[in-house]
Amino acid sequence: MRPISYSRATDAAGAIAVVSADPTTDYLAGGTTEIDLLRQNVLTPRRLVDINELPLAGIDDAPDGSLRIGALTRMSEAAVSPLVRERFPVIAQALEMGASPQLRNMASIGGNLLQRVRCSYYRDAVSPCNKREPGTGCSAIDGFSRGHAVLGTSEHCIATHPSDLAVALAALDARVHTRGQDGEQAYGIDDFFLTPDHTPHREHPLQHGELITTIEVPTAPVARRSMYLKVRDRESYEFALVSVAGALSLVDGTIADVRLALGGVGTKPWRAHRAEGVLLGASADRESFASAARTEMSDARPTTFNAFKVELAQRAIVRVLETLKANGSPA
Amino acid sequence: MSSSGSTLTERGPALEERGPGPVNVTLSVNGAEHSVRIEPRVSLLDALRERLDLTGAKKGCDQGTCGACTVWVDGRRVLACLTLAMTCEEHEVTTVEGLARDGELHSMQQAFIEEDAFQCGFCTPGQIMSAVALLGEGHGDDDDGIKEWMSGNLCRCAAYPHIRAAFRAVRDRD
Repeated sequence: MRPISYSRATDAAGAIAVVSADPTTDYLAGGTTEIDLLRQNVLTPRRLVDINELPLAGIDDAPDGSLRIGALTRMSEAAVSPLVRERFPVIAQALEMGASPQLRNMASIGGNLLQRVRCSYYRDAVSPCNKREPGTGCSAIDGFSRGHAVLGTSEHCIATHPSDLAVALAALDARVHTRGQDGEQAYGIDDFFLTPDHTPHREHPLQHGELITTIEVPTAPVARRSMYLKVRDRESYEFALVSVAGALSLVDGTIADVRLALGGVGTKPWRAHRAEGVLLGASADRESFASAARTEMSDARPTTFNAFKVELAQRAIVRVLETLKANGSPA
Repeated sequence: MSSSGSTLTERGPALEERGPGPVNVTLSVNGAEHSVRIEPRVSLLDALRERLDLTGAKKGCDQGTCGACTVWVDGRRVLACLTLAMTCEEHEVTTVEGLARDGELHSMQQAFIEEDAFQCGFCTPGQIMSAVALLGEGHGDDDDGIKEWMSGNLCRCAAYPHIRAAFRAVRDRD
């Protein structure tokens, strides 16, 4: 591991000023991505600014029914919050199906959104990779791509966004609040994650040094009976091959509200807008569910090794909708 | 180590920078204060094993996938390999060496022996630190819960059924 220097931040403004002014300085929160990739020589900061002491942890209940989750809240803390479990069970489920108990005690909510991809070519620090070294090419497209994306890909990158939490947040229209040199900003979650296109090294619109402060989850009665389904190669402590965050509200057998987002198949947490468009106002039956799933996946561009995901994702979508239907609509 | 008396009120580039060479770090481990001189890049795992001779926590993968390095920071189980030692200043670290009291093994350590919950033993300190933490977290009411909430600790000998038996023995006794 390369030598680094270390600073412990005592106030957000000071930390933001220091990191913004120095491209070779990174924030250190839970460290589960940063230290891992520093040791692999994938990330090469000269200095880390430890922000763990900043007062950015905790969950606030806003009067309008929305929640504000502090960026330094740990995954384990957010998952046990009664407010989260009652109003947004899909968030609690996504969190508890991610990583391991130890990692969930470490990893922050803000860091979870910024975690880097699990593509082995990105992580090996050697192979051509447009995300790690722009212009060197993508080793995954003709390589081992079983875990890679089929939606939102480009000829420059097909890495899957690895976060489960972000998939739940995508379904819920969450907003990411930040603070930087230019003041405070808020991003809709769908705009926060970028598809690779020609610039796979740009994964989000943040300036260097712009700090995530809060994740806002707007009120959504439909989410009270939401769920997260995660399909993976082993039962626990594994990234998704396919995952689905879903919520469904029925009125007299007709779909009055629906939320669907996919993980494991997209280069970003994938809000299934097209599937939702098919479902809204449709009758809540298997035919509608299958049609919506087929529509969402119709643009999929699979590789030799991940073609199974196109069918698997459709089955997972249908299973989530069937399960939500069987569980009944939120009161 | 540079020092600035007013870092609490200063903003911007005055933020105290320590390293990259060796700096003095005070670690509180198993209730005792230790002063070590380490580079900021040193992980908690390496500080414990190489500087404090606390070799209970094991270096399995060194990349957060095996759980052999599991220790507690402020009572919460974490991975020492992905934790920088310096971030633990002013926090309390507990390792498997800190579980025994007055020469008497923790009931979970005793149960691992009685239930034959290890073969090679390499993952055992991490398993025990996770298992004791899990008792307090309250997700181990049935075997499915134990499996899920112990999944961050891999055992290449596959002693899992006996590890669960040891957990059940302590859970049902306490």
